[in-house]
Amino acid sequence: MTAPSAHASFRLTRRSLLLGLGATAILGRSRVAFAQAPGERRLVVVLLRGGLDGLHVLAPYGDPHHATLRRAIALPEPGREGGLLDLGGRFGLHPALANLHAMFRAGEAVLLHAVAAPHRSRSHFEAQDLLEGGGERLISSGWLNRALQAMPMEGAVRPGLAVGTAVPLLLRGAAPVGAYWPAGMDRPSPDLMHRLAALHDAEPLLGPSFREGMRARGFTDQTLGQEREPERESFPRLAAAAGRLLAEAQGPRIAALDLGGWDTHALQAPRILTPLRALDAGLAALRTALGAHWAQSVVLVVTEFGRTVRVNGNAGTDHGTAGVAFLAGGAVAGGRVVTDWPGLAPGALFEGRDLQPTTDIRAVAKALLAQHLGLRPHAVAQAFPGSDSVAPMGGLLRG
Amino acid sequence: MRHALRAQVRVILLSMTLRPHIAAIRFGLGLRLGEVPPRDPEGWLLEQIARPLAPPPGPSSAEALRIVDEPARTRQLRLALQAPAASEARRVTQEVARSRLEAEGMQLPPRAPAGDAATAEPLAVLLRGDALGWAQHRLTSESPFLDRLADFWANHFTVSRRKVTVGGLSGPFEREAIRPFLTGRFADMLVAAIRHPAMLLYLDNVDSIGPNSPEGRRSGRGLNENLAREVLELHTLSRTGGYSQEDVQELAKILTGWSVRRRGEPHGFLWREETHEPGTKTLLGRRFEEGPESQEAALRMLAAHPATYRHLALKLARHFVADDPPPGAVAELEETLRRTEGDLGAVHRRLVTLREAWERPAAKFRTPRDLVLAAGRALGLTQGQPVLSGMGELGQPLWQARQPDGWPDRMEDWSGPEALMRRADWAYTFAGRLGRVDLLAVSEAALGPLGRAETRDAMRRAGSVRDALTLLLCSPEFQFR
Repeated sequence: MTAPSAHASFRLTRRSLLLGLGATAILGRSRVAFAQAPGERRLVVVLLRGGLDGLHVLAPYGDPHHATLRRAIALPEPGREGGLLDLGGRFGLHPALANLHAMFRAGEAVLLHAVAAPHRSRSHFEAQDLLEGGGERLISSGWLNRALQAMPMEGAVRPGLAVGTAVPLLLRGAAPVGAYWPAGMDRPSPDLMHRLAALHDAEPLLGPSFREGMRARGFTDQTLGQEREPERESFPRLAAAAGRLLAEAQGPRIAALDLGGWDTHALQAPRILTPLRALDAGLAALRTALGAHWAQSVVLVVTEFGRTVRVNGNAGTDHGTAGVAFLAGGAVAGGRVVTDWPGLAPGALFEGRDLQPTTDIRAVAKALLAQHLGLRPHAVAQAFPGSDSVAPMGGLLRG
Repeated sequence: MRHALRAQVRVILLSMTLRPHIAAIRFGLGLRLGEVPPRDPEGWLLEQIARPLAPPPGPSSAEALRIVDEPARTRQLRLALQAPAASEARRVTQEVARSRLEAEGMQLPPRAPAGDAATAEPLAVLLRGDALGWAQHRLTSESPFLDRLADFWANHFTVSRRKVTVGGLSGPFEREAIRPFLTGRFADMLVAAIRHPAMLLYLDNVDSIGPNSPEGRRSGRGLNENLAREVLELHTLSRTGGYSQEDVQELAKILTGWSVRRRGEPHGFLWREETHEPGTKTLLGRRFEEGPESQEAALRMLAAHPATYRHLALKLARHFVADDPPPGAVAELEETLRRTEGDLGAVHRRLVTLREAWERPAAKFRTPRDLVLAAGRALGLTQGQPVLSGMGELGQPLWQARQPDGWPDRMEDWSGPEALMRRADWAYTFAGRLGRVDLLAVSEAALGPLGRAETRDAMRRAGSVRDALTLLLCSPEFQFR
């Protein structure tokens, strides 16, 4: 696949380039950053559990193979009714991500494509563990926790915060982290409820009762993502709470949130709307709640893997390899799609079915630890052991 | 004909291979994570009731009474409700106070948001400790059949702390009046349960005054029939047992004088001679002389009544076999009780050897208590709080049965649409509080051979461990035992 020609909003980053230039720049900056007060920088990691389809939400409509491969679920090109949001050509953003698009236009969001963690697992759980552990093999602590261990602890405040009912592996480890969960707002997603209903259908006594309960709660049989949307309600509330806590002078500086609902094996186009809207509203809620601190903040949105390039027989997609990652925040040098685009030609696909990974997510995460949080190189290496050959990506953050 | 026979053989073979799992879920509390199903299911169960264990530790009824023996307590609680709660302990205090005052019919101010950390109410501390002990004992118990029997009989003799004065006595009640008699005589359990301070307070016998007793003549107060009625209707003969309103009144007269010392030492059961109704009483045609011996004599007569045996046999069969148990099974249990004159050890052993108790796997719908405990055990939990929270969220809060007849024991009472939605919410919340788990091992402990391919498939396709666990814990097959 030939690299795309230069485009206003389409920045080409070759690994060779990164290895050469990025490393020096980073070494210099990390010292400076550490010498300055690192305590004002905020980092939020949003884990999209279930495998977000990067080709759907950051659609490469300019790729000659896209229309054919994705005909069943692709959205119209930018400018058409119900079409993708314009990113300057070649790629378009899903219209449910209007807030992220606004951040992009304001130069506060970087959209990365053909990104993957170093693993090549198509198991959700293994892939999530590897993504959160940060190694090429399973590690029992998370990379964000190991990063925290290198950060100065100011007083009794724990700089790390898990927002959700459980502390994710990402934040587990030797550094103490706080956990925040507002009571009484936890509900299964509509998709999960429908799966439970399907399991109950075989039981003559419980099946009808379960269906009736769902009806009473406002779920309908055919439409997911248009009726009552618990995820959509709860994630922005969580994000807003996280933002408020991060904005406090003595509050945490690093937070992790989860959002599920991305495992779209069937009817992807309608079903992905609910979690997409939740994500988009959550990003906006974070921005609002962080207030003036948004300028010193970076939100990293990652998922365990992308999905198959071809649409399956149920108008959905199956577990794949490379996908997307997003960076948002006032500290981000944004307004760009960053990718080393491998293309969708048959020969360019990973194992003949998935988008080929060309960017290691660790290059992005290491850049945030080094350049944004000001961690020294040995601390960054501790967060991502065995990643010496993966240099932190340069140019993602404002100077 | 041959075809039918072959089908029958297959059913028998199937139930043979399921027997270890049936033993664990029908008679036990579910397998613990990594626990091997019993190789000799019957032997495993019989062993548990062959060597009755000392009750698990916990406060005594004297301690539970002493802790509330302070003046102006209710006023303090009401004041405490006005202040916002800043700590978990404080919140517990307020919730306890709320439930007490609500039970008294008081209109309460709305719940306040988190506030300051103040001294916890001593009763709340005692209750919380005892409740956590209750849950933790069952999560790790290696004699779960004994625990199931304790819960069955504690429910038969319900003492609910929805009645304010029961306070912290529900736990002591189980340890003092139920557990020591699980392999003994029903008559002894009946006497211990009715004479226990928790029961005398719960069903108002402390307020029942013989109208012709010295206290009755002095104060003009009279009988309270509550305990007598429930003894006849719920604990012994049952509604169909052939007693009259006159019998209720006569038993109430007999029971006067059984009371509780709540102010000053020694806290506990108190014989109040001055409230005992004088004269001879006639209960079910039999005469009882006045005095402190008559209560026990009357209860023992009721315990040995044929209607009582029939009632107990039906309840046991309903609890362990099926909502509408086969008449043959009920008859077997009834016969055992009659033959052994109410030997609970014997009837519990008979239960285990009932053919009908093993024939249909998953015949009983799990109550929230069964469900949450089974989940906790399959996940290898040791902390009690998630169990207590789950029981509350699903409508079966510990020691808070709504009425003296206890928690219902039929599927229709627990499987309504909203109840099932709450099970889904609970499963999702519960799964979200856990760290990484070994899904295969959990699923093996939770479902074993009863797991359906659909459920395994749905779990495999779930997008997160949390979703997979939700599908497991809310799967239809996990709702039954």
